[in-house]
Amino acid sequence: MIELARAETAGPRVVAVPGPPPRTNTALVPRNSIAGRALIAIVAIMTFLASLTTGAVILVSHTASEWQSDVAREVTIQIIPAAGRDAEADVARAASIADHFPGIEAVQAYTREESTKLLEPWLGTGLSLTDLPVPRLIVLKLSRDAAPDLTRLRTLLAGQVPGAVLDDHRGWIDRMRAMSSTAIGIGIAILLLVIAATALSVSFATRGAMATNKTVIEVLHFVGAKNAFIARNFQRHFLLLGLEGGAIGGGAAMLLFLLAAGLSRWFSTSAGGQQTSALFGSFSLGLTGYAAVLFQVLLIAGVTAWTSRQTVNRTLETID
Amino acid sequence: MENSGLVRFENVGLRYGLGPEVLRDLTFRIEPNSFQFLTGPSGAGKTTLLRLLFLSLRPTRGLITQFGHDVATLSKDAIATLRRRIGIVFQDFRLLDHMSTYENVALPLRVMGRPEDSYREEVIELLSWVGLGERMWALPPVLSGGEKQRAAIARAVIARPQLLLADEPTGNVDPALGQRLLRLFVELNKSGTSVVIATHDIALMDQYDARRLVLHDGRLHVYD
Repeated sequence: MIELARAETAGPRVVAVPGPPPRTNTALVPRNSIAGRALIAIVAIMTFLASLTTGAVILVSHTASEWQSDVAREVTIQIIPAAGRDAEADVARAASIADHFPGIEAVQAYTREESTKLLEPWLGTGLSLTDLPVPRLIVLKLSRDAAPDLTRLRTLLAGQVPGAVLDDHRGWIDRMRAMSSTAIGIGIAILLLVIAATALSVSFATRGAMATNKTVIEVLHFVGAKNAFIARNFQRHFLLLGLEGGAIGGGAAMLLFLLAAGLSRWFSTSAGGQQTSALFGSFSLGLTGYAAVLFQVLLIAGVTAWTSRQTVNRTLETID
Repeated sequence: MENSGLVRFENVGLRYGLGPEVLRDLTFRIEPNSFQFLTGPSGAGKTTLLRLLFLSLRPTRGLITQFGHDVATLSKDAIATLRRRIGIVFQDFRLLDHMSTYENVALPLRVMGRPEDSYREEVIELLSWVGLGERMWALPPVLSGGEKQRAAIARAVIARPQLLLADEPTGNVDPALGQRLLRLFVELNKSGTSVVIATHDIALMDQYDARRLVLHDGRLHVYD
């Protein structure tokens, strides 16, 4: 070609070549296109929604399991007053049996006044309950390490303290377990739907963005680029777009959870804050939660890259 | 390869889907260092034949041999490699708008995996040769029709192809520039590239005495 140029000039010769080349290695796939920016926005929005759903499911799951574990670690001995029996002595006896029983971590016997106070929300204040046979409560905290033999404890109490009833809250735990399992099940179903919607919308948006690149694929193909080379370039480009959108959406969701956790700690001393915290926990996702959001970001970026590769391959099939 | 030339067509026929044959019983050869015009009325199948020559279509019958290879037996990767020995100038240029003229011209070398500093001088010299030395950093949308045409030709020849195919290369330029482009093709031919120019510009063909391949009703008539 150089020889040809010297042999004959087909056009005006330019001797002076402009300074350093300003554009010599532009990415093969155009960046900053409108379709590309729209794709980033869609990926960001969908990742944000999917991350919020994931976070919500994780929070509900954590809170439900905390409730269960708190309730399951507590059993109650109820002493029903009977004529001719000294309730105080029965309480002391039952508390002593429980205290020496293996697997019991702490024993808290409610005094008569404390037991009476528990009834106030239902019966109101200022009412004299002296003559009423108000049951007395002893709350036992079970050890985390060694579960106590509650059947043996029940038999012991029945033998030595007539009128003592051991309540292990089995029915309440079963109902709570059913309720939390349902809530988690619904949450997971919603999460799956959101992830499916995310994958579909990201996939369609990627195809839309790819449509504007058909000429690039064709030209690369016609100048002798191998299919794998073209697919690799597009896949890398769309993976980066997906990661950018995912980082924006996932990052925003993480920030929101961090903010919620901070606010929840800030208001934890107020009555409303305590109620919210009892219902929803601390709003802290924990490492697992943040890892799940991060995994989601990578998954969505992966979907974007995979769709672009599939679209390139389909386009190349139609060219030849 | 000596026996089959650069390209050999034997009873090649092509139909799209279940439609009638648009090309029928094509038998011809393109020899190394040869120059030919491919002509015929509009719709005669010139572009389709160019696509067969460019390996972007496969015949429905017959045998095509290119550079000594039966194209029916080649894998996609092998076809891509073979295509690097062919340069093509599209009627609509097909330049990439997000890349400078320099980058568009350098594209065939870039996809071969060559580093930029190994071909920079070559590309700049070719661009100067086709009269685009001062426009090499311009983006295609700001180039005139003639400049785009020359950029497309430069891209087709930068990798020194053995076979150059051009689809109506003078369709968008004035007669003076058309003559200059023809001179460019003739010079490329003299340097060892076989050239096939698809055109229905009689004036252009009259300017250079070359073999003519005339397509009519899907059949090819060769006038040496």
